[in-house]
Amino acid sequence: MTVGPEAYLLLSATLFTIGVAGVLIRRNAIVVFMCIELMLNAVNLTLIAFSKVNGALDGQVLAFFVMVVAAGEVVIGLGILVAIYRRRATTDLDDVNLLKG
Amino acid sequence: MTVLAQAAPATGITPGATSLLWLLPALPLAGFAVNLLLGRRLRALSGWIATLAVAASFAICVAALAELLSLDGPERGRVVLRGWAWFAGVSFDLRFDQLSATVAMVVTGVGTLIHLYSIGYMAREERRPTYFAWLNLFVASMLVLVLAQNFLVMFLGWEGVGLCSYLLIGFWFDRPDVPAAAKKAFVVNRIGDAGFVVAMLLIYAEFGSLDFTEVFGRAAGVGSATATAIALLLFLACAGKSAQIPLYVWLPDAMVGPTPVSALIHAATMVTAGVYLVARAQPLFEAAPAAATTVVLIGAATALLGALLAIGQDDTKRILAYSTISQLGYMFIGVGLGPVGAVAGIFHLVTHASFKAQLFLGAGSVMHANEDDTDITRFGGLRRAMPVTWATMGLAWLAIIGIPPLAGFWSKDQILAAAFEHGGAGVLAWAVGVLTAGLTAFYMSRMFFLTFHGRPRWPQGRHPHESPPLMTVPLVVLALLAAFGGLLGLSAERGALQRFLAPVLSAGAPPAGEPVVSEALLATLTVLISVLAVAWAWFLYGSGRVDWLALRERYAAARRVLVNKLYVDELYEFFTVTLGRALAAFLAVNVDQRAIDGGVNSVATGLLAGAERGRWVQSGLVRTYAVGVLGGAAVLVAVLVVGSIR
Repeated sequence: MTVGPEAYLLLSATLFTIGVAGVLIRRNAIVVFMCIELMLNAVNLTLIAFSKVNGALDGQVLAFFVMVVAAGEVVIGLGILVAIYRRRATTDLDDVNLLKG
Repeated sequence: MTVLAQAAPATGITPGATSLLWLLPALPLAGFAVNLLLGRRLRALSGWIATLAVAASFAICVAALAELLSLDGPERGRVVLRGWAWFAGVSFDLRFDQLSATVAMVVTGVGTLIHLYSIGYMAREERRPTYFAWLNLFVASMLVLVLAQNFLVMFLGWEGVGLCSYLLIGFWFDRPDVPAAAKKAFVVNRIGDAGFVVAMLLIYAEFGSLDFTEVFGRAAGVGSATATAIALLLFLACAGKSAQIPLYVWLPDAMVGPTPVSALIHAATMVTAGVYLVARAQPLFEAAPAAATTVVLIGAATALLGALLAIGQDDTKRILAYSTISQLGYMFIGVGLGPVGAVAGIFHLVTHASFKAQLFLGAGSVMHANEDDTDITRFGGLRRAMPVTWATMGLAWLAIIGIPPLAGFWSKDQILAAAFEHGGAGVLAWAVGVLTAGLTAFYMSRMFFLTFHGRPRWPQGRHPHESPPLMTVPLVVLALLAAFGGLLGLSAERGALQRFLAPVLSAGAPPAGEPVVSEALLATLTVLISVLAVAWAWFLYGSGRVDWLALRERYAAARRVLVNKLYVDELYEFFTVTLGRALAAFLAVNVDQRAIDGGVNSVATGLLAGAERGRWVQSGLVRTYAVGVLGGAAVLVAVLVVGSIR
């Protein structure tokens, strides 16, 4: 049995929606972070699926770029998180609103 | 300078004295430089160096004039020394024709005498080198003005003499009133100079050139509106420099300067620059009859006003200043009449330079003997103490009131005759001129009698004495010129000066017809009025039979108006200073503070209020921002989806 591209897209959409919901609903910074990663990987899945459908390598190459950038982003993001935790002993995003206008 | 000395072959002038023309302004300029840079070391020599520079200029001028006279008549108008190209079609050319030669002779000749006199007059002055430096710079600028071949070079000299006038009026800047007087002269002249600049721009726009030969050659073909505008603007400049209505107010105040300066700059030469300009630019004024008539009428009005105001003054130098204003009015009547009277106007310029310089130097001599006092009510009976000054000033006095056969009679008479002959506005100018001649005779006699005749009125302990020879020699020379200067032009048609100047100034004059009223009759009338005025002045001030101090008490009201110069200064002050300040205050509050500052401030407060309203958008919560990002993405996707369906 072959799995059509619809299945990949459906999975990707599900993963992305879970990620969005997590980012919007959850307060824990680390969970929000993981949800962002989920969204990124959902997009990667889409890229690779279409790469397969079109028989071109562009999508896969782009997926690698996304991974590399995501890795860098995680490093910085976690660094900031650690710094915030050290200072305020919290990972609750709603407690961090220093930039309020 | 080598460039300057090369006479262009096109002019066809053989190198002679006229090719040394550039030395005329260059020598006094060198004297200025020497006195300015080395003056402190030279000290006593500075006056002699300055005098030598001007005297050398005079010698070259005489030589150049002799060469000019040796040329054929038609060739005389073409002596132009080509200088270096300055910019855009303007080059530093000098012109030596009959008109500029005549005025240059006056400038260098009278200039030399006054320099000589200054050595004696300023003997006790600490800052002599500075004084002589400015005086030399003045002569150099004046010669640039006179010898210029285009408007721009003339303007250079025009501004130069204005600057020197300012510097010399303000020479004793530590005395009260002096800085204000110097500034007044400068500012009032600036109004006129603005007219000169605008006139130059118009001329350049119209003719594409500032060269006299080119501009005047084509002046007849210019539209009358443009010609009138140019001529009137030029006359505005003349009114400033030559102290005519409405810009005459600076000249009486300028008398706070050293007396030789008043004689040289504010009587004999600089103030006649305006007359010279009108005579020079005669083709432009001929193309604009309305402007020429304006010149005549303003000249007549100024002549009358100056004479009236002179009656009310007690200060010798101020009387002479108003007299100068009045006599300049006569000259403007002359040159404003066009070809008929221009020669007479320049003739009056020449004779006036001699007798007015003499009168000023004589007044300086009197001041010198009276502890710098200038109040004629404190003189009286100085005839015995200063016989030379008395005799020489007497000649100049008779000359200015036009008693034949002295110089002033011939020139004034020719102006009045030309005005009468001209008709129209000229007749009005003639009537005013005759009346003014009577007034002139009165105020000059009043000054002369109060100074030299009657009982001595000077304070106890003052010992008036005759001035040193350095001062009396110029007095004598100028008095002789005032006496015999008339020989230059005894007749309007056949006088030597008239025939010399005619090709430049009265080329277009109609041949003299049979005059309606004989010239002799007109002259007799004027002389008669003058003699009556002198007799009246003698009766009041000289005979001792009338107590004139009591008389002035009785007519105090009328006198106060004259003493206060008809309140013209106050009027000007109201219109410039008071109204100017009110306008400035209005602009400061309404335009600057309310409009401009208000606009800028309301932009700032508007932004601040807007930011205040919108600050809630920045909650600082990351998840709120995430909603925004999601919303944006949703909108973007919706647009793409809807777009792709279509």
